[in-house]
Amino acid sequence: MATAKKRARSGAAAPARAAAMEPETLHRAFRDMLLLRRFEEKASQLYGMGLIGGFCHLYIGQEAVVTGVQYALGPGDSVITGYRCHAHMLIAGVPAREVMAELTGRAAGASKGKGGSMHLFAPERGFYGGHGIVGAQVPLGVGLGFAHKYRASDRISVTYFGDGAANQGQVFEAFNMAALWQLPVLFVIENNQYAMGTAVERSAAVSELHERGAAFGIPGGRVDGMDVAAVFQAAEEAVAGLRAGDGPLLLEMMTYRYRGHSMSDPAKYRSREEVSKMRQERDAIEQARQALLDAGHADEDALKEIDREIKAIVNDAAAFAQEAPEPAPVSLEADIVARA
Amino acid sequence: MVQLTVREALRDAMAEEMRADPDVFLMGEEVAEYQGAYKVSQGLLDEFGVGRVIDTPITEAGFAGIGVGAAMGGLKPIVEFMTFNFAMQAMDHLINSAAKTLYMSGGLLPVPVVFRGPNGAAARVAAQHSQCYASWFAHVPGWRVIAPYSAGDAKGLLKSAIRDPNPVVFLENELLYGQSFEVPADGEHMVPIGKAAVARAGSDVTVAAFSIMVGRALEAAETLAGEGIEVEVIDLRSLRPLDADAVLASVEKTNRLVTVEEGWPFAGIGAEIAALVMDRAFDMLDAPVARVSGADLPMPYAANLEAATLPGAAAIADAVRRVCYRS
Ligand SMILES: Cc1ncc(C[n+]2csc(CCOP(=O)(O)OP(=O)(O)O)c2C)c(N)n1
Ligand SMILES: [Mg+2]
Repeated sequence: MATAKKRARSGAAAPARAAAMEPETLHRAFRDMLLLRRFEEKASQLYGMGLIGGFCHLYIGQEAVVTGVQYALGPGDSVITGYRCHAHMLIAGVPAREVMAELTGRAAGASKGKGGSMHLFAPERGFYGGHGIVGAQVPLGVGLGFAHKYRASDRISVTYFGDGAANQGQVFEAFNMAALWQLPVLFVIENNQYAMGTAVERSAAVSELHERGAAFGIPGGRVDGMDVAAVFQAAEEAVAGLRAGDGPLLLEMMTYRYRGHSMSDPAKYRSREEVSKMRQERDAIEQARQALLDAGHADEDALKEIDREIKAIVNDAAAFAQEAPEPAPVSLEADIVARA
Repeated sequence: MVQLTVREALRDAMAEEMRADPDVFLMGEEVAEYQGAYKVSQGLLDEFGVGRVIDTPITEAGFAGIGVGAAMGGLKPIVEFMTFNFAMQAMDHLINSAAKTLYMSGGLLPVPVVFRGPNGAAARVAAQHSQCYASWFAHVPGWRVIAPYSAGDAKGLLKSAIRDPNPVVFLENELLYGQSFEVPADGEHMVPIGKAAVARAGSDVTVAAFSIMVGRALEAAETLAGEGIEVEVIDLRSLRPLDADAVLASVEKTNRLVTVEEGWPFAGIGAEIAALVMDRAFDMLDAPVARVSGADLPMPYAANLEAATLPGAAAIADAVRRVCYRS
C-alpha cells in the first residue's frame, strides 16, 4: 500500500505538462478530447431545438479526465460513473451515432431509447453506466472490482464520482469494503468544484477530497485534471499498482465544467470571470493543441483538418439521431425481465 | 423423500448451486464464521472457504450495492440480509440499481443477484424488527419476488432464484426455519418461479396465502372441514410474477376468495389479488373478496397486543365463514 501511495502522490506532486506526453498519444488525446467537446456542443444544440428531453449533463471542460484515465486501461477493465456519462461512452469507443441517438430517444440508441442521457451502457466495452442516483455508482463500482478479484484476474474497476457525491455515506461504506478486501478499484473524483450550485467549500467540511480514503488506509492524490498528460501519468501509475494487487486508490481530479450543471442551469452561482479564466488559461484541449504546435508535432492546418473530421462525425451522428425511428411501441414491455 | 427443516433446505439449495457454479457466492453479515445469524449458512464456510462465503461489515447500502455491481460484472451473488428490516438501508440499490438496470440499458446489462433473509414478524421484537415487505418489493417491475412456505419449496425456489438471470427478492420467515417438511431427495429438485401450488384442495372457498400464513390457512381449513366447509388453500409461493391463472382457476371452482397476508392491508398483496379477481373473474364471485392481514399499525411488543396484530387461523376461519354467509 505504501508503494501505491508514493505512486499516486508522485503523479500529483509533479504535474506533467502536455508536452511530456508521447507525440502519438498527445495527438490521439487532442483528437479524442475534441470529439467529446464537439459532441457535447452538438448535443447542446439539439437540446435547444427540443430534440433531446429531460436532464442533459454536459462534460465540456472536463474532457482530460476521462481521456487520460481511459488511456491507462486495457480490455476487460470496467468503468462506471454517474449521469454525466456521454464522454465515458465515447471514450470507451461507442460510436457517436449510438450515443446521440440515445439522447434523442431512438431505437438505435445505445439503450434502445429506454435510458436517455443519464443511462448509457456498453458492458461489452467495459462501461457499466450511466447511473442517476448520486453516489450509487460507488458501491456498484466496488462490486465490479470484487468480480475481478473473485476471478483472480488482474483487471481493475474505475469508479468515477463527483465532488458532491463524495459526501454520500455509501461512498465510505464502499471505501471500507474495498480496502478491507483489497479490491482493485481506482476511485476517481471528478472534482469540478460544484455539485449543482453548491461549491465544494460549502458542502465538504474538509475540501481535500483526496484525503477521504485516509480513514480506510486508501491512499489518495490530487491531479491537475485539466492536463491530459498529468491525468494519464497518474492513472498509469495507479493502474500499475492496482494490477499488482496494491489495493484501492483514490485520485482527485481537479477539473471544471464550463456549462451549467445540466442544460436548464444558467449557473448564476459563479462569476463569468471565473469561467472565462478557466477556459482561457487551463483548457485541456487548448493545452494539447499548443503542445503539439510548440513541439512541431503538428501544424495549424493539420489540427484544423482534425477539427473538420470531428465535426463531420458529430454532424453525421446528429443527423442520424434525428432521422432514426423512435422505439417501436412493442418494445415498451421488452427487457423488464430477462428470459432464462 | 427426506425430512428437512426450512433452514436445512435453504442451506442445501445454496450449497448445491455453489457446487454447480463457481460464480455463485454468499455474502452478508455473519454468514461465514458465525454460520449465519439464524444458522442458515451452517457449514458453507467450511466447504467453500472465505473466498465464497463472505462476512461483510454492517453496511447494508454498501454491500447491497457491491452485490449488484458484482452481478453486473457477471457473478451470481447471494446477498443475505440479517432480516429484511435492515434492507431498508439498501433500498436505493434494490430498486434503482437492481430492478431497473436491465430495462434502462435496453437489455444490455442483466443483474442476476439474489437478496434473501427473514421477512415478517418474528416473536416479541416489536415494530422495527417485525414487518412484512412483500408488497413493497412486489410493487416493483424488474424484481422476482418469492415467499415460500414449505422446505421443499424453499429449496426448489431458491435454486431457481440463483439460476434466474434477474434480481430476486427471496423472503424467508424466521419462525419457519425450524419447521420440518418432506422434501424430495433428488438434488435437482427445482420449483419454477411464478407458479402457485394447491396446498389443500377444496370446493367451497379459495384461500390464497404465502409464507407462514399458508400454515395458518391450513389450520383454519382443518377446523372448517369439521363445519362442512371445504377450503382450497393456494400457496402463492411467488408474488411477482403472481400466478394469476392458479388463483382464477380456483375461484372459478369455489366462487369465493379470502386472501391472507401478515403485512399491512393498505396497498397490500390482498388488495392486488382482489383487484385481479374483480377485473378478470367478477362474474364468478358469489361474495365480495375478503382480506385477512396484519393490523394497520406498528407491531407492539406486549404478547397480547402482538397476538392481536397478527392474523391467525381463527381470523382466517372467520373470514371464510363470512364469505360463505355462515357467520
Ligand atoms: C441521491 C441523489 N440526490 C440528489 C440528486 C440530484 N442531483 C443530481 S446531480 C447532483 C449534483 C451532484 O454533483 P457532483 O457529485 O459534484 O457531480 P457533477 O454533477 O458535478 O458531475 C444532484 C444533487 C440525485 N440525482 N441523487
Ligand atoms: Mg461536481
